[in-house]
Amino acid sequence: MQVKMRFMLLFSRQGKLRLQKWYTATAERDKKKMVRELMQIVLARKPKMCSFLEWRDLKIVYKRYASLYFCCAIEEQDNELITLEVIHRFVELLDKYFGSVCELDIIFNFEKAYFILDEFLMGGEIQDTSKKSVLKAIEQADLLQEEDESPRSVLEEMGLA
Amino acid sequence: MALKIVKGSIDRMFDKNLQDLVRGIRNHKEDEAKYISTCIDEIKQELKQDNIAVKANAVCKLTYLQMLGYDVSWAAFNIVEVMSSSKFTYKRIGYLAASQCFHESTDVIMLTTNQIRKDLSSPNQYDTGVALTGLSCFVTPDLARDLANDIMTLMSHTKPYIRKKAVLIMYKVFLKYPESLRPAFPRLKEKLEDPDPGVQSAAVNVICELARRNPKNYLSLAPLFFKLMTSSTNNWVLIKIIKLFGALTPLEPRLGKKLIEPLTNLIHRKIHIFSSHKMLCSQSHLIVSLSRIAVLISLSSGMPNHSASIQVMKYLGLLAMSKILKTHPKSVQSHKDLILQCLDDKDESIRLRALDLLYGMVSKKNLMEIVKKLMLHVDKAEGTTYRDELLTKIIDICSQSNYQYITNFEWYISILVELTRLEGTRHGHLIASQMLDVAIRVRAIRVFAVAQMATLLDNAHLLTGNMQRMGICEVLYAAAWICGEFSEHLENPMQTLEAMLRPKVATLPGHIQAVYVQNAAKLFATVLKNQEGNTDSTAAQETSQLMIDRLPLFVQSANLEVQERASCILQLVKYIQKLQQKDVEVAEEVCALFAGELNPVAPKAQKKVPVPEGLDLDAWINEPPSESESEDEQPKAIFAKEEPKHSRPRHTEVDEKELARRREARKQEQANNPFYIKASPSSQKAYQEAPGVEHIPVVQIDLSVPLKVPGLPMSDQYVKLEEERRQKERADKKKKEKKKRKEKRSGRGRKHDSGPESEEDITPAHMVDIVTEEMPENALPSDDDDKDPNDPHKALDIDLDKPLADSEKLPVRAHRAAEAPKSPAEDGEAENAASQEPKKKSSKEKREKKKDKDRDRKVRIKWQKDYKSSKHKKKKQKKEKEEKEKKKKKKHHHHHHHSDGGGEESVQNGTVEEEEPLPVSVYDIQGNLQDGSQVVVSVIFENKCDSFLKSMEFNVLDSLNSKLQRPEGSGPHDGLTVPFQLPPGVSNEARFVFTVQSIVMPQKLKGTLTFIVKNEDSSTHEKLDFKLHFTCTSYLITTPCYSDAFAKLLESGDLKCSSVRLEGVIMPFHHLLARICFHHHFSVVERIDSCASMYSRSIQGHHVCLLVKTSGQTVSIDAKCDEPTLLGNVLDEIKQTFSQC
Repeated sequence: MQVKMRFMLLFSRQGKLRLQKWYTATAERDKKKMVRELMQIVLARKPKMCSFLEWRDLKIVYKRYASLYFCCAIEEQDNELITLEVIHRFVELLDKYFGSVCELDIIFNFEKAYFILDEFLMGGEIQDTSKKSVLKAIEQADLLQEEDESPRSVLEEMGLA
Repeated sequence: MALKIVKGSIDRMFDKNLQDLVRGIRNHKEDEAKYISTCIDEIKQELKQDNIAVKANAVCKLTYLQMLGYDVSWAAFNIVEVMSSSKFTYKRIGYLAASQCFHESTDVIMLTTNQIRKDLSSPNQYDTGVALTGLSCFVTPDLARDLANDIMTLMSHTKPYIRKKAVLIMYKVFLKYPESLRPAFPRLKEKLEDPDPGVQSAAVNVICELARRNPKNYLSLAPLFFKLMTSSTNNWVLIKIIKLFGALTPLEPRLGKKLIEPLTNLIHRKIHIFSSHKMLCSQSHLIVSLSRIAVLISLSSGMPNHSASIQVMKYLGLLAMSKILKTHPKSVQSHKDLILQCLDDKDESIRLRALDLLYGMVSKKNLMEIVKKLMLHVDKAEGTTYRDELLTKIIDICSQSNYQYITNFEWYISILVELTRLEGTRHGHLIASQMLDVAIRVRAIRVFAVAQMATLLDNAHLLTGNMQRMGICEVLYAAAWICGEFSEHLENPMQTLEAMLRPKVATLPGHIQAVYVQNAAKLFATVLKNQEGNTDSTAAQETSQLMIDRLPLFVQSANLEVQERASCILQLVKYIQKLQQKDVEVAEEVCALFAGELNPVAPKAQKKVPVPEGLDLDAWINEPPSESESEDEQPKAIFAKEEPKHSRPRHTEVDEKELARRREARKQEQANNPFYIKASPSSQKAYQEAPGVEHIPVVQIDLSVPLKVPGLPMSDQYVKLEEERRQKERADKKKKEKKKRKEKRSGRGRKHDSGPESEEDITPAHMVDIVTEEMPENALPSDDDDKDPNDPHKALDIDLDKPLADSEKLPVRAHRAAEAPKSPAEDGEAENAASQEPKKKSSKEKREKKKDKDRDRKVRIKWQKDYKSSKHKKKKQKKEKEEKEKKKKKKHHHHHHHSDGGGEESVQNGTVEEEEPLPVSVYDIQGNLQDGSQVVVSVIFENKCDSFLKSMEFNVLDSLNSKLQRPEGSGPHDGLTVPFQLPPGVSNEARFVFTVQSIVMPQKLKGTLTFIVKNEDSSTHEKLDFKLHFTCTSYLITTPCYSDAFAKLLESGDLKCSSVRLEGVIMPFHHLLARICFHHHFSVVERIDSCASMYSRSIQGHHVCLLVKTSGQTVSIDAKCDEPTLLGNVLDEIKQTFSQC
């Protein structure tokens, strides 16, 4: 009932969860149950079927990119097409950031993927529709992080310097 | 110590980082759980170290594990530690972990408040950003309350990056802490015009979401959104706005018309995006898009290769159709075949959508046909979900609006019976409740229904044979009840009684057995009654014996309800048998147990019973019990009298006879209680959980024979019959020609639909009496019980236009520099600052807009040249005058301008063609805060004669105080040329700037307008005199003021006092206030009952405070102002305003 998008899931064709973002507070147990149930339903659908399905009181919008399924849950009155667009925009962002992104990028840099998602969506709403400004914010934050790290030598870390 | 640090650091070099963990998990596919548990052990070790880098690494790994589904809630405190690191790298990880793992019940969230507040005010925008992002995921009501003010401040941050995040998160804050909405709303509204597109779209998002749920509070924003819609090029924003208008148009019908044009434009460009949102607007427009959608669907169905994107279009087309269906059902109905075709689609999503549409498309004519098709699909359907969906849809379609479309209930009953053959459905109870409903409410069908139900009961083994079909055995509940209640219609009650007492019944769920037992007793009564007429009494005694033989099975039931009912009835039958042996006639008395008709009661009836006057439901009937008694026993005891079925069976103390007596009494009461039966189906769910079913040994009979219930009529038969009937009827009708039909439906609750003529012609097969559901007398007509009380948006239904009360301020921490509510002076400055931005926009565009807005408020004034000579009598020139401020501002400030009719002129008010001059008329103007000495007068010239007017010159005789601004180089007495000419019937507007020095006194300026009237044959030079009246209120500007600032102002003692009394004012107080606000540019600061404080400010910064009180017809106004002369004049003007009405 609360936000535009309830949650976003990324999972592989083998049914491994790669990313999950919940925009409403949900108990762990329910989360697990919902994820399992949804993965089953979505993975069972044939490739030529439409990208929407109604599930419980939600609408599920999903799209498959290579081996990854991007799956969003929205409310009854929300626009499915715009959600598809959001998914696509997110994929484009990942692609720009990682440079032709693949599943492994997201597995090994899952926190980066989260950072990008957080810059793009907030509380289930689109934060910025401009790809450029999202990427810029991410890059600058990364830069800040690297500055943070660079002056530390190994010795310093060891407490010897 | 140093050594310890060194050791820790060296250990750290061998720690796994995230990549190692991921790689490790991938390498341990077989024993993943074991590997991860060792990893978690390592992480626990790492978390114990002091080194924040180690901790951050551990937390990062935990976040990954959390995603894989492992519980990491134990590390919540460590996450908080990492969040509070001063290094961005770690902070970022900490907040990420928190946003993934925390939820409202995480108790460490309390600890984060100060940390988050610190991060929010960090000089580094990314710290703030990370904190906001995190907060958006785990904001709690407490956090929302404590941080609302900080976030509100961030909405005006210099960096757009922060602003947009702060705006978005406000929505979450509103949901958790609705009190923050009103204080924050003005600022949020400001953000709609933020120069940064990101912030703007964020604000649009938030307001649209808010407005969608409570649209009426946001109607006043419609013009702003309209402007955004026509000017914005951002599709995302556009979609949001259109959605918002979708919510607003039902409330303000005029909007719809305005929207048609821009929307059509948009849709033509971007039909794909808007397809699901075109519920707005006019018919023609809708139908255009509808046909497009139909084309879309048919196109996509025609394609042999069902690619995903075409499926998407199909889905959206169907979705859009369902939206249109609500308003224009007919236009959708023509696409019926297309939609039925979609039922065959491979994709379940599309099938479900198509099903949805069918619901709205049925009519009396096509109901049978559609349901028949659906039944075919039921047979074909794979997968229980879809089949269940079909089943519910069939029932929905048939039962909608009080069975409006059903013409033949026999057909419907047979459809229901056919549905019972569905395998593995969950919706047995739905079918059951339909059966009950139809049997109870349609009297004419009872005979048929009872016969059908008896067959069902007879073949109950087919329904219960398979445990998988447990859901469907619910229909036996209905069948048993119908057979029992309407047993007088049974052809062979004995056979049915026998069927109901079969040993296999004991395998049914408890609540169904209970109904069986109860209704067996009813049947027994009927059988006795039938048999008593016979001379041979053995038959009756055999019946009793049958009962006595079979009932003990139920007395042993583990289900209390069954046991209780069975033992009660058993005793009763035994007693009857005794009487029978003495040849006493008992049938009458036994029948009396179940006498009386049961009426259907509306589901909400109980709720709607008005509370009688003087009844306090919260008051104790008896004083609360002392501690010695257990608490839940007490209320039970109270209700035991009213609702005996709730009382617990007390086996021990009460002797058998007493018990039997009580039970009988209860039975009697139940039988007479119309609420009783209605209550049971709804509580079925609870019964299902009842223990005992599992313990009963179940003999499974797996039937491989086709599950056709023998002897059941097929619904198809009825379709045929019905068709024949209709044909016959039509033939009959032709004979009778236009003779009035005698067959009338007498159904009280039946809505007569306004369908086409042919539809009306179809008469129902029976005289159908659909009994309306009973409602209590003088039921409360409230409909709000449909609303979900838990909807978080309900709390946000707040009037946003009311001024802020003192108590509504957001909580601010005391030692902080509180964001004090602006004093009027500051407010003015802030407004000046705010107005800088819009000024950049081309003034032309602005002017256009302003004109639009003011149009409604304009009151026309016309000067009419009143020549005696007949030559010019025809010619009337009317002008509409309006003053406007020179520099454009966001807010509208109104000045009053009075014009006196004098000399040769007459001044007329409005468009009324009166000849008598009115002394004063009023119109709207706008003040100018930037320059306290300038006023703009806008004049609308309208040519009402049939000649051409040209060379108009506007001139005013300057006074010492007020001067017309003339272009440089012109003399003080030169007129200003009006920059246009006026053909007949045309009007146009011109503006003139005046400089005013002192504003404390009202004044009048004399002026003349000279122009040339050009006819075909001649042209004459004409002159028109007028007066401009600058009142003091026209220098006032509506300025909002907070009540505490207002109080401070009054306390300061700089203000002079004055007061005025108005007698004989007969208007409601709020009208009075509105009038003062409107005509004299005040704003209400606070209103308490019949007393209000008001505030306004002059263009030169004088504060004017009013205290308005009313009692009866007397209104007293106490006023304070730092300029007594101004105050006196303003009060005089107010008085004048009210003396006119």
